Amino acid sequence: MDSSAHAATDSQAKSMTGADIVINCLNEEKVKFVFGYPGGAVLHIYDALYKQNGFKHILVRHEQAAVHAADAYSRATGDVGVALVTSGPGATNAVTGIATAYMDSIPLVVISGQAPVPAIGMDAFQEVDMVGVTRPCVKHNFLVKHVKDIAPTIKKAFFIAKTGRPGPVVVDIPKDITAHVADFIYPKTVEMRSYSPILKGHSGQIRKAVKLLLNAKRPMIYTGGGVVLGNGSAELIKLAKALNFPVTNTLMGLGGYPATDRQFVGMLGMHGTYEANMAMQHCDVLLAVGARFDDRVIANTKHFASQKRTIIHIDVDPSSISKRVKVDVPIVGDVQSVLSDMLDILAQEESQTTDTADWWTQINEWRGIQSLDYAYSDTVIKPQYVVQKLWEVTKGEAYVTSDVGQHQMWAAQYYKFDKPRRWINSGGLGTMGVGLPYAMGCQFADKNAQVACITGEGSIQMNIQELSTCAQYSLPIKVILLNNRYLGMVRQWQEFFYENRYSESYMDSLPDFVKLAESYGHVGMRITNPADVEGALKEAFDKKDKFVFMDFVTDQSENVFPMVENGKGLSEMVLSPLSTSRLKGEQ
Amino acid sequence: MRHIISLLMENEAGALSRVAGLFSARGYNIESLTVAVTEDPTLSRMTIVTTGSDDVIEQIIKQLNKLIDVVKVLDLNDGKHIERELMLVKVKATGVYKDEMKRMCDIFRGRIIDVADNSYTIELTGSCSKLDAFIEALDRSAILETVRTGASGIGRGDRILKV
Repeated sequence: MDSSAHAATDSQAKSMTGADIVINCLNEEKVKFVFGYPGGAVLHIYDALYKQNGFKHILVRHEQAAVHAADAYSRATGDVGVALVTSGPGATNAVTGIATAYMDSIPLVVISGQAPVPAIGMDAFQEVDMVGVTRPCVKHNFLVKHVKDIAPTIKKAFFIAKTGRPGPVVVDIPKDITAHVADFIYPKTVEMRSYSPILKGHSGQIRKAVKLLLNAKRPMIYTGGGVVLGNGSAELIKLAKALNFPVTNTLMGLGGYPATDRQFVGMLGMHGTYEANMAMQHCDVLLAVGARFDDRVIANTKHFASQKRTIIHIDVDPSSISKRVKVDVPIVGDVQSVLSDMLDILAQEESQTTDTADWWTQINEWRGIQSLDYAYSDTVIKPQYVVQKLWEVTKGEAYVTSDVGQHQMWAAQYYKFDKPRRWINSGGLGTMGVGLPYAMGCQFADKNAQVACITGEGSIQMNIQELSTCAQYSLPIKVILLNNRYLGMVRQWQEFFYENRYSESYMDSLPDFVKLAESYGHVGMRITNPADVEGALKEAFDKKDKFVFMDFVTDQSENVFPMVENGKGLSEMVLSPLSTSRLKGEQ
Repeated sequence: MRHIISLLMENEAGALSRVAGLFSARGYNIESLTVAVTEDPTLSRMTIVTTGSDDVIEQIIKQLNKLIDVVKVLDLNDGKHIERELMLVKVKATGVYKDEMKRMCDIFRGRIIDVADNSYTIELTGSCSKLDAFIEALDRSAILETVRTGASGIGRGDRILKV
């Protein structure tokens, strides 16, 4: 078969067990950390792992956290994240982590144990059809049925995970074949007739795009996670600077363009800034880079299409183009490569920019609404204030992970990310419980970095068991719990759309988080007074070698603004009371 | 609009379920799906009959191409093509039906491949619409059983789907 991975012609191939082959493959891939949890079907692999010292194994407390931590490690470093779980429940526990990575296109290799080959299909102990279960939420998956296939399969898994549009790949390995013996030959290259991602953009299309950009009156650059994952940030900055165009980032794209830059108009979408959403709606030429016109980003497609604009779309995945929104100039290719080709073509043009003065005047008028303004209080802690102070105290340099809900939106709105790979959150799947394992993955990626996990009291309890892992590996993470005793985003929707019927959104019987943290040997802090917020954050981050759990008791009724309600158009935002009065004043 | 999509994929375990799963997960229609190995034993060829707007068909083709096991995809409707489907129909062959069924079979150029005391089994090949027309032409109460393979399609002349 010509779709096989080509074997190196190494006459000195060593004979070893399947388990040793797995370990050797991971070391050939220069894997530094494997996040996992042992169990029956992977015992041979764990025994082989015990005898090696290439990579470090991180023992989590739940398989879901293993995959999330591997996922965050990948988001922070750009390397492929690796998780190892046992069969059956170990494998199914990993599924939420895999689906989370799939939705955000994160390269992972997840190795799962499986019942022995002769037992497959016999309803064996801890047997589950992992290939079947994960099929809709992986880039690809494999069931390895022979020991000689282990090495070529793992080689392919890494290749598929990290090339093209990245994604998770599952390799399911039955227990018996990890005991079988074969020669270990790690293939040097992979060739697959059925898989060859397009990396170089079509030069004619790129030329056409540059012409359109130079003729724009109201241009807009809209970028997503693809710029971060495709390492296209530097090229994006060059292009935006050369053209003097406004830039907005999606939730996944934050950090792809520096948030403190004058040309940055903030995040767009359901909770985007007024200026970002208005500029998106009213631009005449839109350059979309590594973004997918998600429902949370452009809201109602009919409303979006009601305003005429020419759309250029760069993406490595052809199926992302013209999926929700018809585009005029599709460019399939690697974001970094296409953007640098664009820069080259731009450099050959006579005039390298276009007059955008009137457009900027308009944008600055929109900015004047100050859509992220909120009413500070000196009696109750405002969650936005905590994030702002966190940004100041960490000098904007921290890795910030979040869970899912109101706190996630406030983190995205108020922490100004100037670098890619610093903002780590679950955008596509919206998985509560990722925050703490994500912070673990970041801390392993950069052991001296400041890592903050912004979370809520609902989310943190979904993977709270990882406080134990953090203790075992002495991870100096700082948990920033914005504790409003509500599932805040659910409560906000119930306030807006269900006449204040707060059905099951109140978080009762909360633990004493300070004591809980302390019981693991961590530092716990409770902050109730707005005046103490900054001091407490400084104190926490001064404890450079300590895990600090900060329980901020915040305003219960605060809402996330602006907000585009479900089904509404992108420019039909509900603004905060402060911004609403400013908007009325202007009219 | 109705489209016939042909594709070549690696002849590996689970490949069929990836295609079937894609259609159900994304809510695409499948009218029929046929699959069998090709002259190259490492490749399977699949014919999928589906319906959808141009935008939906474009997405289907893109999503199929995205599957790692899929080697090539061709929308046969993009050019001239031939489609054939095989149907076996078991019909009553008693009393008046005995001659009637023989005559209908001849008109549609089918073949009677099994004769029993009370029934004939008719084999009929053609486009899906021809098979539909045959069913329409028969007296419903005379039909005992039908089985259809689903359409197979191939491009005319120089339109060749090959690796």
